[in-house]
Amino acid sequence: MKLLRSGLVMLLLVASWSSGAQDLYMVRSQMAFPETMIALQKAIREQGYVLSRVQRVDIGLKKSGFKTDRYRVVFFGKPEQIEQYSKRYRDLVPYLPLKIAIFAEGDETLVLASSFQHLRPYFTQPELERQFDAWETDIQRILEQVRLSE
Amino acid sequence: MNTRLIRLFAVFTLLAMGGARAAAPDGESLYQQHCAACHGSDGSGGVGIPLNLPDFLAVASDDYLRNTLRNGRLGRVMPAFPMLSEAQVDAIIHTIRGWSDQPAPRYNDKPVQGDAGHGRQLFTQHCVACHGEHGQGGAGTGVTFSRPREAPIMAPALNNPGFQRSVSDAMLKATLLRGRRGTPMPSIKALGLSERDADDLVAWLRQLPPDERPARTNEEPIIRMESPYSFEETLDNLKKAITARNFRVIREQTLNNGFVDPGKEDRRQYIVYFCSFSFLNEALSIDPRVGLFLPCRVTLQETENGIELVTINPENLSHLFNNSELDKACARMHRLYVEILEEATL
Repeated sequence: MKLLRSGLVMLLLVASWSSGAQDLYMVRSQMAFPETMIALQKAIREQGYVLSRVQRVDIGLKKSGFKTDRYRVVFFGKPEQIEQYSKRYRDLVPYLPLKIAIFAEGDETLVLASSFQHLRPYFTQPELERQFDAWETDIQRILEQVRLSE
Repeated sequence: MNTRLIRLFAVFTLLAMGGARAAAPDGESLYQQHCAACHGSDGSGGVGIPLNLPDFLAVASDDYLRNTLRNGRLGRVMPAFPMLSEAQVDAIIHTIRGWSDQPAPRYNDKPVQGDAGHGRQLFTQHCVACHGEHGQGGAGTGVTFSRPREAPIMAPALNNPGFQRSVSDAMLKATLLRGRRGTPMPSIKALGLSERDADDLVAWLRQLPPDERPARTNEEPIIRMESPYSFEETLDNLKKAITARNFRVIREQTLNNGFVDPGKEDRRQYIVYFCSFSFLNEALSIDPRVGLFLPCRVTLQETENGIELVTINPENLSHLFNNSELDKACARMHRLYVEILEEATL
């Protein structure tokens, strides 16, 4: 039984190495910014999250000589998770709610999110590790759905 | 029992490995998944450099592309892809090759012999303006926010360890002789230089001091300071400290705003967003991806131990971007956050 367990641990390790721990997830949508924004919000909702707000990050960019001024950060979360984790893990608060950045690049749009790799060494509670896994999976699904949207 | 379980495990493992091998990798799909976000759907560039330029594909060997995927470019945005299998890497290279009708160049590994001293003189005269005195390359990333689209490529960092490990002497020489149309990189022949000069330049490029980066330190992910003041006093102090540094408070809200009905929000966790347009522009110029962590934000929260201010630690986050230029801006932002929090709580 012990052998089997170590074998499974080994297999999980190999699987995690082969999946590659990414710090950032970024995808390109071939749709323009407004269509991608709609697709992003739809994908977030379909993963069971609530959109709390869309923040502009681009005010004044064009005036400053940038070619585009379409840059937003979309905040989202599950109300019960925000409530639970913000009270139980106060140090996690600066990273809540979850967020995805979206910005135009010509006729296409880039969508970007951070993984939780950089937080993992500091939040080693099993409950949080599982939650980080779940959030990472969901965020990757959201981005993939946006990437494949037409 | 144990033997049975071990057999079962062995069969499962073999099946998993066999399955992975059997599926032929789809290069186009892998490219779209791993590369297109930065390099563009058709390789025309974006946050990353364009890959579909005919002159690039004419001189870039498969080994160069393979090594680049494996090594990445430390501190220059391009990550390493150790998780891709050999077959997947080959499939991506095949897709990139599909943008050119020219065959992949093949080079021998023989070092180019040249006069590095003379190469250094030539480098100072002809290359430093774009590639920098130490070969550190141009600033910014790609073409998105960080520079005009009409400049289709950033001068690469020639002293980057990832580049040095990926490129062969022969490919360096071929690049120098050919130049790269569609970019500011000319053929050295157009500058009146000879093939011998190319050898000398290659000899010097191989002697460029490597871009040594400080080891990644384990920075805490947050900055936190306790306040001896009341909640309202601390909030007031915080806003004063922000505006004293030429930042503008652009929004205040509770943490659970948007997640609960209005009136049920918990004011004991209160976020203040602030911004400086000049700082924002500068940050996006360095790396457009950094907007993910903007605008600046400090959360004021009431805990069982009293009032505290917490915020992200930009120095922890800067590692995510693999952009050494951004590291400096993040260090500056870290100092700024500390100053603001100190002023609000001391």
